[in-house]
Amino acid sequence: MTSVSPPSPVTATAPPAPVPAHRSGFGGYLLAEWTKIRSVRSTVWTLAIFVVVSLGLTALFTWLTLNALNNGRRGEAASSIVTDPVSFILGTGLGLGQLAICVLGALVITSEYSSGAIRSALLAVPRRYPVLLAKGLVFAALVIVVGEIVAFLSFFIGKVLVNGHVITGRLTVAGHHVIVHRTITVSLSQPGVLQAVAGSGLYLTVLGLFALAIGGLIRHTAGAITAVIGMVLVIFPLAGLLPDSWGAHVHAYLPTVAGQLITQDKPTAGQLLSAWQGFGVFCAWTALLLAAAIFLLQRRDA
Amino acid sequence: MIEAQDLTKRYGDKLAVDHLSFTVEPGRVTGFLGPNGAGKSTTMRLVLGLDRPNTGTATIDGRPYAELAQPLRTVGALLEAKAMHPGRSARNHLLFLAQTQGLPRRRVDEVLELVGLRDVARQRIRGYSLGMSQRVGIAAAMLGNPSVLLLDEPVNGLDPEGILWIRNLMKHLASEQRTIFVSSHLMNEMAVTADHLIVIGKGKLIAESSTQEFIERSSEKSVLVRSPDSGALADLIAAEGGKAIRQDPARGQTAALRVTGLDAPRIGEIAAANRIVLHELAPQLGSLEEAFIEMTADSVEYGGDTSAVPQEPAASTASPGSSQ
Repeated sequence: MTSVSPPSPVTATAPPAPVPAHRSGFGGYLLAEWTKIRSVRSTVWTLAIFVVVSLGLTALFTWLTLNALNNGRRGEAASSIVTDPVSFILGTGLGLGQLAICVLGALVITSEYSSGAIRSALLAVPRRYPVLLAKGLVFAALVIVVGEIVAFLSFFIGKVLVNGHVITGRLTVAGHHVIVHRTITVSLSQPGVLQAVAGSGLYLTVLGLFALAIGGLIRHTAGAITAVIGMVLVIFPLAGLLPDSWGAHVHAYLPTVAGQLITQDKPTAGQLLSAWQGFGVFCAWTALLLAAAIFLLQRRDA
Repeated sequence: MIEAQDLTKRYGDKLAVDHLSFTVEPGRVTGFLGPNGAGKSTTMRLVLGLDRPNTGTATIDGRPYAELAQPLRTVGALLEAKAMHPGRSARNHLLFLAQTQGLPRRRVDEVLELVGLRDVARQRIRGYSLGMSQRVGIAAAMLGNPSVLLLDEPVNGLDPEGILWIRNLMKHLASEQRTIFVSSHLMNEMAVTADHLIVIGKGKLIAESSTQEFIERSSEKSVLVRSPDSGALADLIAAEGGKAIRQDPARGQTAALRVTGLDAPRIGEIAAANRIVLHELAPQLGSLEEAFIEMTADSVEYGGDTSAVPQEPAASTASPGSSQ
């Protein structure tokens, strides 16, 4: 410590005359949450990783897959870039980039618990639930802006690479080898495309809130991140292996499985929910988890 | 004014606070004293609504903390040093708190000035020393210029200059008719800071009195007497209204008594009148810290096993096995 003036607090702490204050309330809480989220490096880093990974991998995967097509190697991804190029473009980079949003969503709340900052926050807002509401709103606003920008940029990167690319394919038709030249064209004006691109940003926003709710429930950074990513990458997709029609129904109604429907420009065969229905199911799950997080926030010792 | 009424808090099967009631009055520094693990921090968390008591209530100026609309403008609290995100600067930590209360940005600069952190306020808290973190906590407590302050071990990690600073700050704030409630496990620190003391051990109230009274009572004079005939002397002292406690004699020494209620000249006269030989007659002044340790001895949560260490004769009261 360098020199600190001994008690001359007289000027700064005149007798308990209250400090003049604006009317505070929920607006103040929103402002405070914005200050919190912008003032830690983890926010900047995680969002930077999200942008770089999403855009970089969209470009890389699209370019590699188109090259593979030209060389006559046709994998499953190669065929999906032909059959549904929009879903391919939006599914590759953002499919991995979404993990950064999961991490950030969990982190904005768990880092407050691990550092003890939550106690400062709850002392300032002893009714508690407004803290989580304000945090959710501010975080959602941040993710929807960044998420939409990245979704549209991803689409345009993919579009530039895909459009005008001539694919030379070999087909075997009735015993004859046929050389086929074709081009793929994607455009925002095609049916369902705008919904898929804008929907990707919406999906990321709700995903972030989903992770935030899990973070609020689990309160430990590592545990919350593991839980969210485990669900999104492993558990929900694996549920697709459940047998029979009840299995298909369970799978269809799982949070991110339902939520991702809105990121596709055309429905897949046997799809149980429409894009917006799926998004509604995802929102409902997230609202339920947020409500549970608020319920526990009110009840648990901080 | 802080009022706690029958507060009880249980964590699992561990009773942290046990039917504790007390009142903290404005206009003076009230020390909250107890060994580590006595329940001081838990009590403060209960008062601040961070933890929910199993029984009882705590109010600040007659209202539960949770009902205060802009609580930082009524109550300031310093919790454990690190109730803040290490990656955030002190300035931003204080700024977000100010924003929740509708306090102007200017107030952040004022409290930074008050605690002497203006020059480092834009650095991340991660790089702060413990003493600097404590100052950030104190700045946060002072943000709303509250009339009630709860400070949990505020001198922890402070250098002597910092300790003096906070001591004077608390006294100054109390002189402005604010309510100051400060916890510590250091008796000597409280003796010079607090006007009033609330002592707890194992979550229970042990003593509540003015510091002056506490010191007088605790440092009650005693006389150490060594005599080869200490048994007879003890009986005579008891007959004269004194109280003699047998001390464990150190190896090769004569048995000793610690006498309270009679002064040294009177004990000498009694011995002389009864032809009892004295080897030592020494007035003792108990230290405050000693009195505190003795008072809370039964309620130390994490005490070492003293039976494993050789005992100083004067430090232990008579144990049955070694009396003559």
